Amino acid sequence: MKFRSLIFANLFRKKIRLILTIGSFAIALVLFTFLAVVNRAFNRGIDIAGADRLVIVSRVGLMQVMPVSYGDQVRAIPGVKYVTHDHWFGGVYQDEKNFFPQFVIDPENHRKVYPEFVVPDDQWNTFVKDQQGAIAGAKTAKRFGWKVGDRIPIKNTLYGPTKTWEFNLDGIYHTEKPDGDEGQFWLQWKNFDENIPDSIKDRMKSTAGWYILKLDSPDDSVRVAKAIDTKFANSSYETKTETESAFAAGFAKQFGNIEFLILSVGSVVFFTLLLVTGNTMAISVRERTAELAVLKAIGVTDGSILFLVLAESVMIALFGGVLGLLLAWAAIPVISAAVTGLLPPLLLSKTMLSLGLVFAVLVGVVSGLLPGIGAMRMRVVNALRRV
Amino acid sequence: MIRVDGQGNGKSLIQVRGLSKTYRRGGEEIQVLQRLNLDVDKGDFVGFMGPSGSGKTTLLNLLGGLDVPTQGSITVDGDEITHMSGSKLTKWRARHVGFIFQMYNLIPVLTAYQNVELPLLLTKLSGSERRKHVETALSVVGLTDRMNHYPRQLSGGQEQRVTIARAIVSDPTFLLCDEPTGDLDRKSADEIMALIEELVAKHGKTVLMVTHDPVVAARAHTTLHLEKGVLVEASKVEQGVVAGGVA
Ligand SMILES: Nc1ncnc2c1ncn2[C@@H]1O[C@H](COP(=O)(O)OP(=O)(O)O)[C@@H](O)[C@H]1O
Ligand SMILES: [Mg+2]
Repeated sequence: MKFRSLIFANLFRKKIRLILTIGSFAIALVLFTFLAVVNRAFNRGIDIAGADRLVIVSRVGLMQVMPVSYGDQVRAIPGVKYVTHDHWFGGVYQDEKNFFPQFVIDPENHRKVYPEFVVPDDQWNTFVKDQQGAIAGAKTAKRFGWKVGDRIPIKNTLYGPTKTWEFNLDGIYHTEKPDGDEGQFWLQWKNFDENIPDSIKDRMKSTAGWYILKLDSPDDSVRVAKAIDTKFANSSYETKTETESAFAAGFAKQFGNIEFLILSVGSVVFFTLLLVTGNTMAISVRERTAELAVLKAIGVTDGSILFLVLAESVMIALFGGVLGLLLAWAAIPVISAAVTGLLPPLLLSKTMLSLGLVFAVLVGVVSGLLPGIGAMRMRVVNALRRV
Repeated sequence: MIRVDGQGNGKSLIQVRGLSKTYRRGGEEIQVLQRLNLDVDKGDFVGFMGPSGSGKTTLLNLLGGLDVPTQGSITVDGDEITHMSGSKLTKWRARHVGFIFQMYNLIPVLTAYQNVELPLLLTKLSGSERRKHVETALSVVGLTDRMNHYPRQLSGGQEQRVTIARAIVSDPTFLLCDEPTGDLDRKSADEIMALIEELVAKHGKTVLMVTHDPVVAARAHTTLHLEKGVLVEASKVEQGVVAGGVA
C-alpha cells in the first residue's frame, strides 16, 4: 500500500485527539460487548435446545405440577420416542448467593432424552442404584471443589419447613456443546418423592414438574404437541406443550423484556460509536482541506481520497476495537463471577470476539463514509481559494 | 513562439482558443475570461501579470485542468482537455502538470522526501526507481541534505523548493506557478526564480507563471497582461502607455 506512510502520519497527527477517540471507542465497545454477552447468555437456552424435543408444562403455570402417570400416557402417543420428567428442587448450598439449578430427575429416561449431557457409565450406574445419589455439572463441581464421593448438604426451603438434604456425589457430567450448561445438579425423583414433607404431600406426591420428550422426528412436533394437549384437555391437570426452544424463549422472558432493553441500550452505544469516530474524521478532513486539494491537484483520484479517509477511520476503529475487546475479555469473567446466580453465566466466546472486531471495522467504515464522501466531492479550486 | 491572437500554426504545445469563464455569484454574472487565445511552445517561459481579480488564477486553474471553462478549448500536446471527464482529467493532471502554488502546500506530517515522492505514488514505478527520481529532483533544487526534514523545519524558500521538486519529479509536460514568490523575501524570491530559470534553460521545461511582481515577471521570456478577460503582450501595453502619454 503506497499511501501507507501518509495514512499513518495523518492518524498520529493529533495524538491527544487520537487517544481520546480510541479511548471513547474502546469504552463504548466494552459496553456493547457486555450487552451482547448478556443477551447471548439469556438466549443460549434457545440456541442449544434440541429441535426434536418438546416440553410439557401445566397449563396453569410453570410451578404447577402434573401427575407422574402422564409419562406412560405420553409415551403411548405415536411419534414420541422417549419421555422423562423433572422437578425444580430449589435448594441452597451453604449460602443464598451460591445459586445453581437443582433438578429432580428420572434416571431411567433422562440420559435418553438428553444425550448431550455425558456421564461416565460407571458413575451413572452408581447413581442409578444410589437413592441418595447426585450428579453435578463440571462447572458447579469445580466451583465448590466437589469430588466424586463427597457428601453434599443442600438446604431446601421451597417445599415445607427448612430441611437439609444430604446427597452422595456419584458423578460429574460434561456437555458436548461448547456453550452447554455444566452448572446443574441432579437428584433422584424416587428420593424426592419419598421424602416430601407431610404438609405438601397431597399436592406433591407422585407428581412431575414438567416433562421433556424426544420425538422420532422434529417434523412431528406440531402434531404431537397438539395430541398431548388434547389428550389432557378437560382433566384436572391440563397441559401446555411446546418445543424446547419456544419454552426457553418464554423462560428468558420471565426476566423481563431483556431483548428490548439490550437492543435499545445497544443502539444508543452503537450511534455513540459512530458519532465519536465520525466527528473525529469530520474535523480531520476539515482541517486538511488545503492538503486534500493539493493531493487532488497532483492527480490523486477521488477514489483514493475516499480510501485515505476510510483507512484512517478504520484504523481508529480497529485500535479502539482491539482495546475494547481486550478490556471486555479481561472484565467479563470478573463480572460473571460477581453476578453468579443472578444472571446466567456470561461467556465471551471466540466467535463473539471476532464478531466484535468485524463490528468495529464496520463502524469505522460507516463513520468514515460521510467525511470521506465530503472530501471526495470537494472541488480543488474552491478549496485552494479558501486558504 | 508565444501568441495571443489565436493564429498559431496548430503545432504549439499548448493551444487555447476562445476561452471564456463566467462565474455566477447570486444573480450577478462575472465574466472573468472572454474568448481568450494563447499559444505556448515547448520550452517557453511565460509570465502572466495583471491586477488582483483580473483572472490570473482562474486562467491557470483552467490550463491545469482543475476547473472547466464556460466556453472554448484547451489543447495540450494534442489532447483536448476541455472535453475530458473528471476522472480522466485527474489522470491527465498526474501525467502532464506540475503545480507550484503561492502557499507552499506541503503535507506537514510528511518529510521533504515523502512530499516529493507523492506524485510518484500514482505511477507504476518501483520503490527503488521512485527513490532515484526523488533524489534527482531534490538535488536539482539543492535540498538533498534536507530530505528527511519536515516542512516546519525548513525556511519558506526551502519549502517552496521542495514544492518545485514535487512539481518536477514526475517530469510533467509543463509547470504552472501561481505567485511562486508571493510569500517570500527578496533574496529567497531571487533564488526561486533562478531555479525556475534553470529548469527552463537547462532542463527544457515549459513554465507558465502568474505574478504581480514586475521584477519576477521580467525573468520570463515573454510577459502577458490579463486585461478585460483577454491576454495582451507586454510590449504592446508599454507602447499603449507611451502612445497615451504622448497624446
Ligand atoms: N468560485 C468563484 N465564484 C465566483 N467568483 C469567483 C470565483 N473564483 C473567482 N471568482 C472571481 O473571479 C475573478 C478573478 O479571480 P482570480 O482568478 O482569482 O483573479 P486573480 O488571480 O487575478 O487575482 C475575481 O473577481 C473573483 O472574485
Ligand atoms: Mg490569484
